[in-house]
Amino acid sequence: MAEVKLFKTWSTQFGARVVWALKLKGIQYEAIHEDLSNKSALLLQYNPVYKKVPVLVHNGKPISESLVILEYIEETWKQNPILPEDPLGKANARFWAKFNDEKLLPSIWSAFTKEGKEREEAMGAVLESLKFVEEELKGKKFFGGETIGLADLVFGWLANLAPVFEEVAGLKILDERYPLLLAWQPEFSEHPIIKDYWPPHDKLVIKYQALYEKYHPAK
Amino acid sequence: MEQVQLLGMWLSPYSYRVIWALQLKGIAYEYIEEDLSNKSPLLLQCNPVHKKIPVLIHSGKPICESSVILEYIEEIWPQNSLLPCDPYERAIARFWIKFADDKGPIVWKICGTRGEERQKVIEESLEMLKTIEEHGLGDKKFFGGDKISMVDIAFGGLAYWPGVIEKVLGRNLLEAHKFPRLHAWTKNFKEVPEIKENLPDFGRLLKRQT
Repeated sequence: MAEVKLFKTWSTQFGARVVWALKLKGIQYEAIHEDLSNKSALLLQYNPVYKKVPVLVHNGKPISESLVILEYIEETWKQNPILPEDPLGKANARFWAKFNDEKLLPSIWSAFTKEGKEREEAMGAVLESLKFVEEELKGKKFFGGETIGLADLVFGWLANLAPVFEEVAGLKILDERYPLLLAWQPEFSEHPIIKDYWPPHDKLVIKYQALYEKYHPAK
Repeated sequence: MEQVQLLGMWLSPYSYRVIWALQLKGIAYEYIEEDLSNKSPLLLQCNPVHKKIPVLIHSGKPICESSVILEYIEEIWPQNSLLPCDPYERAIARFWIKFADDKGPIVWKICGTRGEERQKVIEESLEMLKTIEEHGLGDKKFFGGDKISMVDIAFGGLAYWPGVIEKVLGRNLLEAHKFPRLHAWTKNFKEVPEIKENLPDFGRLLKRQT
């Protein structure tokens, strides 16, 4: 019988993407929780290059990097596709996934960890980036159209984690400047499959509060 | 007939990735060299988000980001396949293509840095090359086996840039005894006719760095 394991932590947004994809396709999996301060021998064996989560292991074969895992899931289990059939639509979804991971996320992390002018500039970059993301939602319920797609899973942190950044660091990410994104947030977070795996807000606040204090020690 | 255009720049290894893929599949295309200090209205219209090359324009529709373009090319023109059929092997290929995207660029930073910073960048580059040597390349001719694939194309810049960097630094970077697999791979890669006939001029690259 096919065996699917997923190495992750309770809070990882990259891991959440993979869980959501598996659940959308109705794939049973075993979650293996990693303590990143004490990584298991198995994780190090399965992901020797990055030593990170998430790692999907299917029939004993490991796959690392969340976007690579999502493409693998899509190709292996064809029900409830998260990518459109047409190559241009696929290219578009992949473009936005890359945009989130390579531009948006690093900017928000910079805004979270830095201070003063650097924080301001980073937030400026976030807000600029979000303008493009907002455009992409025009005329659509989800980034994937009528149903959740790859880009929704990748932008999922905007629904799960952005409110935490606001509470902990005072970073107002989604406001009235982005009406489409504001409308998308509850569509995504209240979707029955997504809702069923939702890193809890209160627990995330505690975690990120501690992280924030690490980067901004009281003087 | 379908129209294929490529907005590129001769200095960019990302631009060359697309050229190599199109050449390997025998796709006719119009190449448009962009002056990045004076970006064309076409580029800005086709890639408003990043304003970068390469951009592939297929029947009037733009596709941006070289690794996204490579996947698109593979899907539209499946001949001379650049990805394996098996989903797991495709995942391994995509892992390394992503590694080339995420970690590869450190090498391009060497020439632009000085002193302590340059030393740090060189060390990081060597670490990156070591990872490819130990985990990415087996003992076959190319990353995926005996045939050139998308992974080789993604790493293609490493087949010619280190030679330029070594001339600028006055020291070796990709030494054969330290990186035997990578060294052999650079030769195998550059011997593929479609690659050999489509490499930037070494002298011109060197002039640009010095």
